[in-house]
Amino acid sequence: MVLSHRPALSKLYSDSCDRRVSLMLEFSAAEIEAVRLSLRIAFWAMVGSLPFGLATAMILARGRFYGKSLLDGVVHLPLVMPPVVTGYLLLLLFGRNGPLGRFLDESFGIVFAFRWTGAALACAVMGFPLLVRAIRLSLEAVDRRLEEAAGALGARRIFVFVIVTLPLITPGIVAGMVLSFARSLGEFGATITFVSNIPGETRTTASAIYTLTQTPGGDVGALRLTLVSIALSFVALLAADLLARRLGRRLSGD
Amino acid sequence: MLEVDIKHRLADFALDIHFHAGRGLTALFGRSGAGKTSVVNAIAGLLRPRRGRIAMDGSVLLDTERAIWVPTHRRRVGCIFQEGRLFPHLTVRQNLLFGRWFAPARERRVTNLDDVVDLLGIATLLDRRPGRLSGGEKQRVAIGRALLANPSVLLLDEPLASLDAPRKSEILYYVERLRDDVRIPIVYVSHSLDEVVRLADAIVLLSEGRVLGTGPVREMMSRVELRPYLGRHEGGAVIEARVAAQDLESGLASLEFDGGTLEIPDVEALVGEQVRVRVRARDVSIALQRPAAVSIRNVLAGTIVKLDREDGPSLDVQLEAGGTLLIARITRKSADDLALRPGLPVFALIKAVSIDRRSVGYA
Repeated sequence: MVLSHRPALSKLYSDSCDRRVSLMLEFSAAEIEAVRLSLRIAFWAMVGSLPFGLATAMILARGRFYGKSLLDGVVHLPLVMPPVVTGYLLLLLFGRNGPLGRFLDESFGIVFAFRWTGAALACAVMGFPLLVRAIRLSLEAVDRRLEEAAGALGARRIFVFVIVTLPLITPGIVAGMVLSFARSLGEFGATITFVSNIPGETRTTASAIYTLTQTPGGDVGALRLTLVSIALSFVALLAADLLARRLGRRLSGD
Repeated sequence: MLEVDIKHRLADFALDIHFHAGRGLTALFGRSGAGKTSVVNAIAGLLRPRRGRIAMDGSVLLDTERAIWVPTHRRRVGCIFQEGRLFPHLTVRQNLLFGRWFAPARERRVTNLDDVVDLLGIATLLDRRPGRLSGGEKQRVAIGRALLANPSVLLLDEPLASLDAPRKSEILYYVERLRDDVRIPIVYVSHSLDEVVRLADAIVLLSEGRVLGTGPVREMMSRVELRPYLGRHEGGAVIEARVAAQDLESGLASLEFDGGTLEIPDVEALVGEQVRVRVRARDVSIALQRPAAVSIRNVLAGTIVKLDREDGPSLDVQLEAGGTLLIARITRKSADDLALRPGLPVFALIKAVSIDRRSVGYA
């Protein structure tokens, strides 16, 4: 009696298994949108913050001025403050009525509030301490006597920086960029506070997962995006490791 | 001609340096911490002295009175540092040509890459990166890199300090060639008397930021008041001699100079070449008669010029053999027992094996 039911049960089970697997792979348009948006935001956050990160790292590593530790502290604040606080401060500063937001809007037509650019700004700020830290460490490890040697060979400062310093700190720059990128992929609190959670504009993977977990029946979608997030972060870290190793080999002379 | 006249405040002492360096190799000699590197850095523009003047062939690099300060990259100084300081991310070839990228177009071809590569024997290294080079190879590349920037002065800051003995003699050989080939002043920083005596045309003796004396090597080495700074046990006379014969069977070379002939083992020079031999004062003994049946191979006849008495059990006897000054460091008691006095004809005895390879260099 019991045995005769077995094939049917098993079929039912495997059917549902197939359905689950196919469900796992069936991304909705909104989910794909969220992943692409996340990648775009993380990319521009990383690229946009790089020049500022490089400059700040130079100032912190090489500069000697009053208030250096204050600057160091400010740079590191996003690392220790609740992300919501960072997001709220961004809203106050870069919102439509914030002093910087209004200035940028009126002078250059750049708007951050409730746009994907705002999400990129929030991610850039959150990833900034990691970026600066990595570059600063590699700058401090550069043998300054190599720069002196380059100067004695006739290279003025800007050339010394471009031809000697920059190649030597490339592993640090790459590491910083990857950290900033990975941090952006995971950024949630500051983004949702600053630019909300607008589908197609500011709904990143993280906010999409959050939304799905708050929606009845959204758990499969949340799981799908979670797996994607893990995969992306992993690939980013692997790529960084590979690149760093290759650059390291070049510098050590192999 | 390089003129240096600087005053600067360092952490431990005040730097007050004044000297001139002409063509050939001028050694800045002194113990570590004497301020040698600071002087070189001031010439290179890596250290900015409080007051002073530095000029190279009449072009002023620094003059605090006239507020002139030429930055390092426009000074045309060729620096060779203790650690080589090659750029790790560039190949040897790129390292060598680094200075050329920044040289004014008309000067770019003055020094030929192939000539320098030949001179230093680094042809096989060109496509490698510095990370895998040995210490000696790195230093040779560093020398080539400095030369190819067409400098108007070469600064070598203890270029042998981080090398082991075989590499040292390898690089010494190249520095000697450099000294004889290039027509610019070379400033060579060292705290090794061996290197200085072998290489230098002139010595600038530094101690605690001051110049104690400058002059040609032979003169400086025989100045008694400088003896404590030149190393009490290392001091002695420098003899310029010509290789008259090389006896392969015994391994001894005969070196002729105006005071006679010296027999010395392991001289790496060809017959006819000029060499410079340092004879340490403590390796010279004095006899009143020519000794017979003795193992000492070098017995030189001379006349005592002067006895330098000082506190302590020993003293220096200066004697002249032909036109060459020799110094013998003996006990005061021996000097008294033999009744040594200026004008007395004596024999200077020098063991051949006391003069090792490091004491002989090309003149």
